[in-house]
Amino acid sequence: MHEYSIVASLIDRVQHEAALHGGSRVHRLHVKIGELSGVEVDLLKTAFDTFRERTICAGAELAIDTVAPAWACPSCDRSLALGAILRCDDCGRPARMVQGDEIILERIEMEAPDV
Amino acid sequence: MCETCGCGDPEIVPIEVQERILSDNDAQAGHNRSHFKGLGVLAINLMGSPGAGKTAVLEATSKAAAGRLKLGAVSGDLATERDADRLNAAGIVSSTITTGSACHLDARLVHHALHHFPSGDRDIFFIENVGNLVCPAIYDLGQAANVVTLSVTEGEDKPLKYPVMFQKADLVLLTKVDLIPHLDFDVAAVEDALARVMPGAKMLKVSARTGEGIDVWLHWLEERRPAAVDRPPEAHHEHSHEHQHEHH
Repeated sequence: MHEYSIVASLIDRVQHEAALHGGSRVHRLHVKIGELSGVEVDLLKTAFDTFRERTICAGAELAIDTVAPAWACPSCDRSLALGAILRCDDCGRPARMVQGDEIILERIEMEAPDV
Repeated sequence: MCETCGCGDPEIVPIEVQERILSDNDAQAGHNRSHFKGLGVLAINLMGSPGAGKTAVLEATSKAAAGRLKLGAVSGDLATERDADRLNAAGIVSSTITTGSACHLDARLVHHALHHFPSGDRDIFFIENVGNLVCPAIYDLGQAANVVTLSVTEGEDKPLKYPVMFQKADLVLLTKVDLIPHLDFDVAAVEDALARVMPGAKMLKVSARTGEGIDVWLHWLEERRPAAVDRPPEAHHEHSHEHQHEHH
């Protein structure tokens, strides 16, 4: 259940940004979570709903954008099918993850007179 | 306030961040990495299920490296100091990070343990993570390499079930291979599963009990040791170099 510690880091960061911009109420957070990030979206939502109370995020919505994994050859950029051997059929090089491991805070929507 | 129509509603503004949520942990891990580099020590994040044989592999490693390499370890444990006791008895200078209910180590916990570690002259430093195939994979600790132990009794499909852990591994140690004659374990099947989740999949077969493969594992470690650094005689875990501590 590392999702709780991720939510703790998330709320810390939002508090920091709010202080920076003189923000008061947070309405919505936009986060991007890769399907191969190791973060379970449902657990993250539950953890957020539990921890947001009595913080600057009380009542805020967590909008989660999930990202499907994608792999490609690092030299010829040829993309690999999911579940395939992670090696380029042409040149034999190990594949590189193009996307799918994101754990990113993209944007905060808040009431902020200083912006 | 809304100045467009004068309705008195507060104005909601978007603040762009576009940063990793764990950026604090990443920064602390970078700090740990510079500690390890400054001390010329190879740091290994050793992960795997409870009972996969992490501690037993380290005991066997110590036996094989005796007189050649100075080994150190911190062990993450929910409640006990049993692993560190075993490692100390095996000749590896060790301490415990008691995590309470936390299912993984993070960079801050490792940093704290480094500052209280009893020795500053280790060649290889193992961070024995909490037994868990999920959570530890997410947290960078400042290691040079991730090593995952997978025991033959866990089954060939574990890499497909826990892809994040194996995707982040630099090496997989297939442990307890002395048991293979007694099991329906298919080594080719686990190799195939690994190749689908771990780019450049690399697996070594070891047995802590018989010592099989431990020399190859030791060779893998020695190849990754950083070039020797000039350690001042007073170099110690309290480090002479400057660094900032901005713990929140």
